Amino acid sequence: MISTDLTPDSVPKSAPDSTLTPKPAARRARIMALTSGKGGVGKTFLSANLAAALARRGERVLVLDADLGLANLDVVLNLHPKITLHDVFTGKVQLEDAILPAPGGFSVLLAGSGLVEYSRLTAEVRDQLLRIIDTLAPRYDHILLDTGAGISDVVLFAVSLADDVLVLVTPEPTSMTDAYATIKVLATQQQRRAIRLVVNQVGRPGEGRAIRGQLQLVVDKFVTPMLPAGSKPPVLELLGEVPLDPAVREAVQRRRLVLELLPGCAAAKGVEAIATKLSP
Amino acid sequence: MHDPTEPDPDPADATTLRLAPAMQLLEQSGRVLPDRHQVSRVAWMQALIDGLCELSSRDPLTGLANRREFELALASEIDRVARAGEPALMLMIDIDHFKKVNDTYGHPAGDLVLKGVAQALHDCIRPMDTVARFGGEEFAMILPNCPPSFGLTVAERVRTKVQNLSVAVTPGQHVHVTVSLGGAFAPQWVRSSAPLWIERADQQLYRAKAEGRNRACLEQPTVSLVSAEEKGMLFGTSQFQDLE
Repeated sequence: MISTDLTPDSVPKSAPDSTLTPKPAARRARIMALTSGKGGVGKTFLSANLAAALARRGERVLVLDADLGLANLDVVLNLHPKITLHDVFTGKVQLEDAILPAPGGFSVLLAGSGLVEYSRLTAEVRDQLLRIIDTLAPRYDHILLDTGAGISDVVLFAVSLADDVLVLVTPEPTSMTDAYATIKVLATQQQRRAIRLVVNQVGRPGEGRAIRGQLQLVVDKFVTPMLPAGSKPPVLELLGEVPLDPAVREAVQRRRLVLELLPGCAAAKGVEAIATKLSP
Repeated sequence: MHDPTEPDPDPADATTLRLAPAMQLLEQSGRVLPDRHQVSRVAWMQALIDGLCELSSRDPLTGLANRREFELALASEIDRVARAGEPALMLMIDIDHFKKVNDTYGHPAGDLVLKGVAQALHDCIRPMDTVARFGGEEFAMILPNCPPSFGLTVAERVRTKVQNLSVAVTPGQHVHVTVSLGGAFAPQWVRSSAPLWIERADQQLYRAKAEGRNRACLEQPTVSLVSAEEKGMLFGTSQFQDLE
């Protein structure tokens, strides 16, 4: 199944210049990178479900699997891509042919496992990614970059292409430590001053706020002093929290979107609340 | 040549397949197949295939994993490190002055030394580790889930084991050799690549050679991005300070 139609399957925007949903004059997608530091905290789960929740709100969404070499999006979405970013890079196919419609009404561009060899960021990969994002930005409202685990140069580069960066964290100590390390690198090496936070797998309501507060404390104490004098301190914005919910496990196992399989479950509600913030 | 008018042989019917070369290889390697009449044809074919796989992944002289098998193990370890963040160590091991052994005692003695060292290396590892003959007198080890603080201890254990090795090359004549080791950890959570990781371990091996051989040099792991003090504050306690 290859979409030759460039228009994403989402509900068409009725009035892009409506006063209710003001859009920037130059219509260009808002690019948000999702990253986490630690792997396995639900980055791909959030990318896919958030994209679906945004699509339901009438947004045109593209998820780009920037996890070069570890494409999990196809697994989560039960897609069987024959054409991937790898083929675009090698010039085998046109970019348009690699964009797939995903269940949930958004589009995906998958890296494909052939990209393992690009796991080091060569100038060529950098140029290709830049070109691809430039080409696609005018066609969407949101581009989500699902980055790989860790703080590799590929991840940092993908983040550098984004207008916004979202750090996903769980209440687990290892996840918090790695999220903090990521925030530190983003603030010191990329001069990020606004970093969005989503706390996944929270055990009780409000845990997300507590974790944001704790991370902000440590950032204020240790990261801010590392920045050039007079810099604005980095601010963590809690975009939302997603409760620990067995529905997620079930949806992942059945390779479905939790939003579609079990709408109304606690995790789906959490994701929808985040989408509402991004698309008021 | 296969006659195109004849039907293709049934892969499960061992009697119609050309198996002599494969059988010969397996026989030469000392692998014993189950009795063809005691097991089903499929089970027998499976044993044959398993035998050939085993054969193509082993170094014939030392019985260690060969370069091909090593690269498979390396690829899966790189995946694991990137995804699970487990620390993993690669050791490159080279026998010191091996040419001298060959020149002094002859190549058959050199082969015995290679076998002896291979056995010594094999005795040093855990079941989850991979030790391979990388080429010539160079060996390589991958040690999954090896914390950086254990790295030098592990490398030293290998070095000492070889140093204490005595290989009888002719009756009454024993040869002693030493090895130099270079080690590098895969950066946790970061997707490395096989050539890069090997190159980093190799650089340390050159360093060990340059510093006088019979020693282990490990790349200094990058300092954790997060200090114990930061962790302490992050969790509002100091109980995580030991978790390096």
